[in-house]
Amino acid sequence: MEDLQKLVDQAQQAINAANDDQSLDQLRVQYLGKKGEITSLLKSLGKLSAEERPAAGAKINKAKVALQDVIQTKKDALAAVALNAQLENERVDVTLPGREGSVGGLHPVTRTMKRIEAFFAKAGFSVVEGPEIEDDYHNFEALNIPAHHPARAMHDTFYFDAHTLLRTHTSPVQVRVMESGEAPFRIICPGRVYRCDSDLTHTPMFHQVEGLLVDETSTFADLKGVIELFLREFFEKELPVRFRPSYFPFTEPSAEVDIECVMCSGKGCRVCGHTGWLEVLGCGMVHPAVFEHSGVDIERFKGFAFGMGVERLAMLRYGVNDLRLFFENDVKFLSQFN
Amino acid sequence: MQFSEKWLREWVNPSISTEALVEQLTMAGLEVDGTEPVAGQFNNVVVAEIESIEQHPDADKLRVCQVNVGDDELVTIVCGAPNARQGLRIPCAKVGAVLPGDFKIKKAKLRGVPSFGMLCGASELGLEEKSPGLMELPSDAPIGTDIREYLDLDDISIDVDLTPNRGDCLGLVGLSREVGVLNRVDVTQVHIDEVVGTIEEVFPVDVTAKAQCPRYLCRVIKGINGKAETPLWMVERLRRSGVRSIDPVVDVTNYVLLEQGQPMHAFDLSTLDGGILVRMAKQGEKITLLGDQEITLNDDTLVIADSSKALAVAGVMGGLASSVTSATNDILLESAFFEPVAIAGKARGYGLHTDSSHRFERGVDFELQRKAIERATALLLDIVGGDVGPVVEALSPENLPHIEPIQLRRDQIERVLGFSMPDADVEDILGRLGMDIVTTDAGWHIVPPAYRFDVRIEVDLIEELGRIWGYNKLPIRLPAMGFSAQATPENEINIDTLKQRLVARDYQEAITYSFVDKDIHELMAPGEKAIELANPISADMSQMRLTLWAGLIKAAQHNINRQQTRLRLFESGLIFKPLNNAGEGSKSAADNIEQTKMLAGLVYGGVQNESWHGKVASVDFFDVKGDLEALLATGGAEAEYEFLPTEHPVLHPGQSAVVRRNGNDIGYIGALHPAIQNKLGISGQIYLFQVKLAELLTGKAPEFKELSKFPEVRRDLAVIVEEKISAQTILENVRQTAGEWLTSVVLFDVYQGTNVEEGHKSIAFGLTLQHPARTLKDDEVNEIVDNVVTSLKDKLNVILRE
Repeated sequence: MEDLQKLVDQAQQAINAANDDQSLDQLRVQYLGKKGEITSLLKSLGKLSAEERPAAGAKINKAKVALQDVIQTKKDALAAVALNAQLENERVDVTLPGREGSVGGLHPVTRTMKRIEAFFAKAGFSVVEGPEIEDDYHNFEALNIPAHHPARAMHDTFYFDAHTLLRTHTSPVQVRVMESGEAPFRIICPGRVYRCDSDLTHTPMFHQVEGLLVDETSTFADLKGVIELFLREFFEKELPVRFRPSYFPFTEPSAEVDIECVMCSGKGCRVCGHTGWLEVLGCGMVHPAVFEHSGVDIERFKGFAFGMGVERLAMLRYGVNDLRLFFENDVKFLSQFN
Repeated sequence: MQFSEKWLREWVNPSISTEALVEQLTMAGLEVDGTEPVAGQFNNVVVAEIESIEQHPDADKLRVCQVNVGDDELVTIVCGAPNARQGLRIPCAKVGAVLPGDFKIKKAKLRGVPSFGMLCGASELGLEEKSPGLMELPSDAPIGTDIREYLDLDDISIDVDLTPNRGDCLGLVGLSREVGVLNRVDVTQVHIDEVVGTIEEVFPVDVTAKAQCPRYLCRVIKGINGKAETPLWMVERLRRSGVRSIDPVVDVTNYVLLEQGQPMHAFDLSTLDGGILVRMAKQGEKITLLGDQEITLNDDTLVIADSSKALAVAGVMGGLASSVTSATNDILLESAFFEPVAIAGKARGYGLHTDSSHRFERGVDFELQRKAIERATALLLDIVGGDVGPVVEALSPENLPHIEPIQLRRDQIERVLGFSMPDADVEDILGRLGMDIVTTDAGWHIVPPAYRFDVRIEVDLIEELGRIWGYNKLPIRLPAMGFSAQATPENEINIDTLKQRLVARDYQEAITYSFVDKDIHELMAPGEKAIELANPISADMSQMRLTLWAGLIKAAQHNINRQQTRLRLFESGLIFKPLNNAGEGSKSAADNIEQTKMLAGLVYGGVQNESWHGKVASVDFFDVKGDLEALLATGGAEAEYEFLPTEHPVLHPGQSAVVRRNGNDIGYIGALHPAIQNKLGISGQIYLFQVKLAELLTGKAPEFKELSKFPEVRRDLAVIVEEKISAQTILENVRQTAGEWLTSVVLFDVYQGTNVEEGHKSIAFGLTLQHPARTLKDDEVNEIVDNVVTSLKDKLNVILRE
């Protein structure tokens, strides 16, 4: 039985020295296999007396279990080493860029228009679009701008013939909606508009969002509330807002809306012409003549309308300093808004 | 309208600062565009007289003046101005004076002669941009008086940008009325008396265009002093209103225009023949205007004529031949009311715009003409003298604007403005604005004055109330929200979703002009007829786009020229095509134009951005088709679309497809034709697609199909087929023959080359079969596959690849 201890020591040494699964397995076979040395000892138990046998058997079995443990431990250790080696081997530079990771973006005008639409959608306005080539009735007459009205000179109009033109504002869409539907209305009309004017601060095409609310209770006070809230949400700032009387043939009373200059916070700068104020929007209560043209009962309904230039709002919001950039489509410009 | 603050304050003088006045005007809807001091900053400049003058001994152009500046002794001043002469009174900057631009006047020596000050021209005092010589003051200008005080130069010019409805404020009268009501203070009117004639002479007047000219007044003034000069105070007021002094007669008419808002005209009586005839022009009639411009008149234009010829374009501009000159002795002074609609647009039609047309188009007070002619006569008598004849008036009362009383209901003020204004304020405001007020049960009956063409209905009055009260003092609230959620069908796709899909696939949205160059249309929409603008802003923006590709190509060129090597652009917007059904009874040609919203894309360069992952392949047809397929699949109706080979003049014949939905063409995709690409000078292939947006916005709501619990079976087949047979033909055939248990076909290889006969290709695809209610047997699967192979052999002549 001294041999057993020797055998176990010898086996443990060999197992600890093993470097891979294969040699470990050979050792297992050598000691614990069917013809293994420990197994042989167990087989030789028969030669012992019945009194000696249980104690000797227990000893050998204990040695066998001990060796099995040692082998398993060694096996786990080898696996851990191998796994670590694999992990180390598979290490990558995670700072390298991923594949096909780039995304494009919406045009800043669209982006701005979406922000405007989102505000008014929350307030229950629905988005309506209309044709860009219009007739003079919808663009002018129905909006209380008869032929020869001095206000037509305010709109430098592109014509195709005497009665066909490129819309100068998106208001004709409002007319079309009122003509074909029943009040109340709560709509906004975004889109391209055209004026025959091109210089540093004018492009012959630009975008407007116009809105219309018609119901039985709204007043100029509601108009002020809606516009003020909109401007503060749009610029994400508690901006001073002021309403200035103005003139549009299709609204009465009419107002221009100024905000405190977002560039200089009202101190006066080049952008605001040193007035501290920026004109951002026109609005007013719908003129009864417009309602009459569109078949809305002027005694029962009141309404307000407003219109804003999208490029202007985008320029103020993002500090874009050249209007023409919007239509050059330089991706270096466009991608700044992604 | 530009005016002097001091002039205004002579009429109405609220105790508020200049800044407050300016702010007040702006906030009342008379937007102040700018203010400017009427003179530069300077001091120590006095009225002086040149007592004697002699040539400078050493300089041809200089003279040495002895100048009386009001001190005990004369001062010597060397001066180079050509109009320096003995006895002339001029502004003189004394030693120690500081002129505009911080120019300090010191003792100096000019070519050896000492000089103690400077004689000044108007420009040196900041009164004018340029002036030819010394500023000549009247001979009674008090010597030694500070020039700022003498000319009352501590004043500013205020420029208001008036909206077209406020013609009534195009004169001091109207502006002071506004300031009066805004401050609730009284306005002093200038006192105008009738000038009693001293002669009986009249010039006959006949108005045939009565509707266009309801009131025409004129009077003869004979024997005026042609050498008289306009007094300095008037010159200064004109100057501060942006009007140059010309001669006394013209200056007076301009002065009355600025003061009263009434455009006037004076004719040289000796050039007139017979009598005044106010009539419509004869078509083609010619007239040479002041400024020597000849125009040819249309018969819609009102003219002032005499018995033989047109003298003036009524309300716009006088003619050269009848104009007042320094030789004029006798004049005919005119003051008329022309109907705004008769004048509107006429000046612009002839490329003209005058102070007169500006006012008549907006509406001149039709009760003002007599007052204005009396005012002008009195001023003229003071300046040029002469004998005055009686006023002749041709009046057609039925053609004067008809003013109906307006009912103003108390409750409507609240319904529009959102607050109820005290009656006393309503009456005070409207009264100060010149309205006649009668109280009624519901409110008031209001008659607006003749100068307020913009006040015709109740809400016009309410606007006046709100405006004078102050918009910013009116209440603020938010509208009551009715619940009105709109139904959106589930199969409807929002355009934003499509755009976001393209954005996620690395596309950048572009917005290009809707009007394009004819040349780009010839390339991108050859043979198509475009709609032309009648008045394009330039030749390269003259045609309405027939395709979004026109703009996208231009955008691509812009970027490629700026070293971009990869582009993915898209745009959505209308294209415009003429319809050929020449519409009878259609009100406008707009009905005859098809405006279709499209979505288009342009792709150029690598599949991806340059990266460390290895060489980036150039995009090909299938990259772009994949993007378009992703768009088509967005609505869930991808099965309704197909791509078929096509011929398109702009696209590569071998790489172009028409996109069809349920048999209808909805768009095109392909490689830009190499010939066009060459003409554009772009190297590197461009791919394009364009589809009708409306189609993409309608998809299909999802439909559930029960999942089978039984195993699916996959069989792969490889076949050799003639090159010309499309993949789609093969797949369709497979789908038809495989029957209902086929759940999908996937095409996993297309190959041409070694081991495949020339003119043929190898196509490999996998069939997936599954039974909804049981496991498929091998025999059944084999039979299906055999059927597929047989059908392909019979119909498409394919060979099964071993």
